[in-house]
Amino acid sequence: MLKVFRCDLHVHTCLSPCAELDMYPRKLVERCLAVGLDAVAICDHNASENIAWVRRCAEGTPLAVLAGMEIASREEVHLLALFDIVEELLPLQEWISRHLPGRNDERRFGCQAIVNDRDEVEGFCDRLLIGATELPLQAIVERIHDLGGLAVASHIDRESFSILSQLGFIVPGPPFDALELSPETGIRGGRIRYPELEQFSFITSSDAHHIRDIGRAWTDVRMHAVTVKELSMAFRKRQGRTIEE
Amino acid sequence: MDLATIVKALGLKIRHGADLLDRNVTGGFTGDLLSDVMAHSSEGDLWITRQIHQNIIAVASLKDHAGIVLVQGNEPAADTLEKAAKENVPILVSDLSGFETAGKIYEILNVRGG
Repeated sequence: MLKVFRCDLHVHTCLSPCAELDMYPRKLVERCLAVGLDAVAICDHNASENIAWVRRCAEGTPLAVLAGMEIASREEVHLLALFDIVEELLPLQEWISRHLPGRNDERRFGCQAIVNDRDEVEGFCDRLLIGATELPLQAIVERIHDLGGLAVASHIDRESFSILSQLGFIVPGPPFDALELSPETGIRGGRIRYPELEQFSFITSSDAHHIRDIGRAWTDVRMHAVTVKELSMAFRKRQGRTIEE
Repeated sequence: MDLATIVKALGLKIRHGADLLDRNVTGGFTGDLLSDVMAHSSEGDLWITRQIHQNIIAVASLKDHAGIVLVQGNEPAADTLEKAAKENVPILVSDLSGFETAGKIYEILNVRGG
């Protein structure tokens, strides 16, 4: 049966250097539930180590957790990769890590904590997650699709790290499955501002870096269940699946 | 000032447009954010950038730039070169940093006149 799911497909955890430390898995899941989300996609910058812990915290709750990552291409365009489970994302993670130069400097960029379901620090990621990979945008989109994931251009309305700020317009080539708008613009604002992108599905997400950000935006998706396959059908408006605008 | 003079003075490597060096350079623009370049550069500018993505060709063509200079020895992506050929946009490579490249071009344009 088709039903509307309240989805936030872009939330960071304390693994992202720019996110607050209180974005640890248990608190994040509690907050998602408190604001009434049905699904959350965990998308840390170029990393995925906290996804499994968030998923464990959500076990037995109504919250569905998708495995995502916010990748920075060599053009410094941010995009989201979305998968059902973290195991499907691992080949992508390995490839991204291999092409992400530099080591993190906590004092300058912030700490990158891996925190388990009991609020204990498992360790710190030492890769320079705030940096950009050496990989071209097009190759990243292709790789995501090859692995069965969805590729969403992050916050296209932002003046930094968005496909429109970095590259001026949406490139021809392997298409994005959807484009994301910031909470400030939202889907409706995006439709008014970007009539030329009419053929794309739009989503809006919190892009939460702080616990209070969760709930400031979400996308209502009409689908059968929270899976990447169903989301893909909604992005393509297939068999009644759709993004509610 | 023709493009050939600047190519010679800076020792730029020509990746596309050896036959287009008679183009007139009337100014310059430095930027890696294509949205910004589209908004603020002018016709006749020689555009200095680190961005090698194929969209730079569309932007240079749209804005009628005299050409593009890639800095720090960065080579254009393969599809960028293909597009450059199609759109007749000169692509030059400078081994200098963006700062030095822009400084030298600024000096040439202002001392010798545009």
